[in-house]
Amino acid sequence: MGRVGAARTPQRAANTQAAPRPERIVSLIPAVTEMIYAMGDGSRVAAVSSYDHFPADVDRLPRVGGLLDPSVERILAIKPDLVIVYATQKELIERLDRAGIPYFSYQHRALADIMTTIRAVGARIGSAARGEAVAAEMDRALAAIRARTADLPHPATLLVFERDPGSLRNVYASGGYGFLHDMLEIAGGRNVFGSMKQQAVQASTEMLLTSKAEVIVELRYGDSLKNTDIARELRAWDALSSIPAVRAHRVAALTGDEFVIPGPRVVEATLKLARVIHPDVAR
Amino acid sequence: MAPIRTRLLLTLAGFSLLLAAALVAGPLIGSTHISLSRVFDRSIAFADNTDAQIFFVARLPRVLAAALVGASLAAAGVVFQALLRNPLATPDTLGVSSGAALGAMLAITFHVDVAFAGVASIPLASFAGSIGALGIVYALASARRRGLSTIVLLLAGVTMTAFFQALILFTQYLADFADTFRTVRWLMGTLDVGSFAPILAALPIVLIAFAMLATLPRSLDLISLGADAAAARGVNVLAAERLALAGASLATGAAVSLAGPVGFIGLVVPHLVRLVVGSDHRLVLPASALFGAAFLIGCDAVARTIWSSGELPVGIVTALIGGPFFLWLLVRK
Repeated sequence: MGRVGAARTPQRAANTQAAPRPERIVSLIPAVTEMIYAMGDGSRVAAVSSYDHFPADVDRLPRVGGLLDPSVERILAIKPDLVIVYATQKELIERLDRAGIPYFSYQHRALADIMTTIRAVGARIGSAARGEAVAAEMDRALAAIRARTADLPHPATLLVFERDPGSLRNVYASGGYGFLHDMLEIAGGRNVFGSMKQQAVQASTEMLLTSKAEVIVELRYGDSLKNTDIARELRAWDALSSIPAVRAHRVAALTGDEFVIPGPRVVEATLKLARVIHPDVAR
Repeated sequence: MAPIRTRLLLTLAGFSLLLAAALVAGPLIGSTHISLSRVFDRSIAFADNTDAQIFFVARLPRVLAAALVGASLAAAGVVFQALLRNPLATPDTLGVSSGAALGAMLAITFHVDVAFAGVASIPLASFAGSIGALGIVYALASARRRGLSTIVLLLAGVTMTAFFQALILFTQYLADFADTFRTVRWLMGTLDVGSFAPILAALPIVLIAFAMLATLPRSLDLISLGADAAAARGVNVLAAERLALAGASLATGAAVSLAGPVGFIGLVVPHLVRLVVGSDHRLVLPASALFGAAFLIGCDAVARTIWSSGELPVGIVTALIGGPFFLWLLVRK
C-alpha cells in the first residue's frame, strides 16, 4: 500500500534470456500468484511470498520472504526459471540478473492495469490464450457492474483501508488514483478524495468532517476480527456524527484480502462494494 | 538586575501571554474555513453542526494535545539537561521514549486489545513501556548509595535506547505488512487525537509530574553546577535527582503515549528559553513549559495547513522550524 505518485507507463518487461514456458515460477507478489492460479497454471508455481494466502493451495508451497525481506538464498535454492518481483525490489533484481535468473517486474496501479498484467503474465509464462480469457472475463464482469450502477445516483463515498484500532487516528483512505478508486467508481460511488491524485490520502479528523461522505466503507484485512469486534470498531465513527454517512448509519466494513490484492478477485470485491453502496439495487 | 520575584512575574506573564495567543489562534486555523457564529450557534444540534464538530472534535483536542505534549517535553528537556549536566540531553536520552515506542510497537504488532477509560490500547501500552524504562533507570540510579554518576546514567541511557531500538526493529520484523506500516506511522508522531479522552487520561500524569518538578528549580541550579557543590550547600542530592528523574520521565511517557515521539522540542526549547531568560531554573522551567506548549501549537498549525492534500507529521515541522531558528539565535548571541 505504498504511495505511488503520478501515473507512469507500466514498466513490466523483463530481461531477455527467458524460457518460453517456465516450469518453476517463484512469485513474490500475491496478486500475480492469484493470476497464475486463475489461468489454471498453479501447478507451475514453485514457491510464494510470506504474504500469500490465496488460493488455499499455496499453503503447501515453500515461502521465500516478502516485499521487504526476500531471501535470495531460498529463491536460488528453488532453482526457479522465472521470479515475479515487485518493481521496487531493486537489489533483488540486480542479484537475479547476476545469477542469470529471468524475472517479471510488477507494480500495481489502476484497475485496468490488472487486466493488462494478466495478459502480460499469460504471455510471459506461455499461457497467452488462458491469460487473455481470464482478463476478458474480468473486463466483461466489471463492465456489467458498471452498467448496473451507471444510472444510479453516485453517493459521496469514503473508502478507508487503514486506521488505528479503536480510534479514528491515522486514517488512510483511497485517493483519486489506483485500483481502489477505480473499483469504487465502478461500484457506483463518488470518491470524496477523488480530486487528490494519489493512491493513499492520510485523512485528518478535519478532512473526515469536511468530506461530507454519504457512505463510509472500511476495508479490513490481515486480521481475524469477529463480528462483535467489527461492530465495536465501527462505533468509533459515532464521534463524528455530523458526517452524513454516520448520521444515516451508512458506515460498513468489508472484510477480506480481495480488497487489497489487485488480482482476479477484484471483480468479486467490486461487486461486494456495489452491494454496500447500492443495497437496494445490487442484490 | 531586577529582583527574582519581578523577573519571575514578568517572564511568566510574557510566556503565558504567548501561550494564550497560541491557544486562541490555534483552533481558528485549519485546512477548511469555518464560521465561528455557526460553531457557537446553539440552535443547531451538535450532531448536525459540521463547523462545531470541526472546532470541537478536530481542532480543539489537537491544540490542547499540542499544548500538553509541548509543555511536557520541554520541561522534561530542561530537567534532563540539568540532571545530566549535558546540553545535548533530551527526554529520550535515558530511553524513556524508546521504551514508550517499544510498548506501542508491541501493541500494534500483536494486536493487543485492551481499552481503558476511553484510551485505546496503543497509548496504554506505550505509557506502560515508558514506565518500564523508567523502572530500569530508577533501579540503576538507586543501586548506588551516593548521588547518581552522570556518566553511568548517560551510558546506561544510551545502552537502553540501543537495546529498545533493537527490540523495536525485531518487533517490526515480525509484523505483517499493514502493521509495519502502522508502526512506522506511529513513530512519526501525530497530534490528531480525535477526542478529549486521551488528553484527559494524560493530564493527571502530567500534573503529577509537574508538581514533582515544581519543587526542584533551586536544587537543579546547584546540581547543574556539580553534585558535590550542591551537597555542600545542603541539597539532598540523591532525593532531588530521583525526583527529577521520576518527574521528567513521567512527563515524557505521558507525552509520547499521547502523540508518539515528537522530536526536537525537548532539546531546543530549553536552549531557546535560556537564551532569553538566563539560566535560573526558577525561570527556565516554567518558561520552557509555556513556550514548549505555544511552540508545538504553532508547529502543528503549520503541519496541518501547509500541505494541500493532507498533513505533514508534526515532528518534521518542529525540526524544520526549530533548527534554523535555534542556529540563528546561537549565532546572534
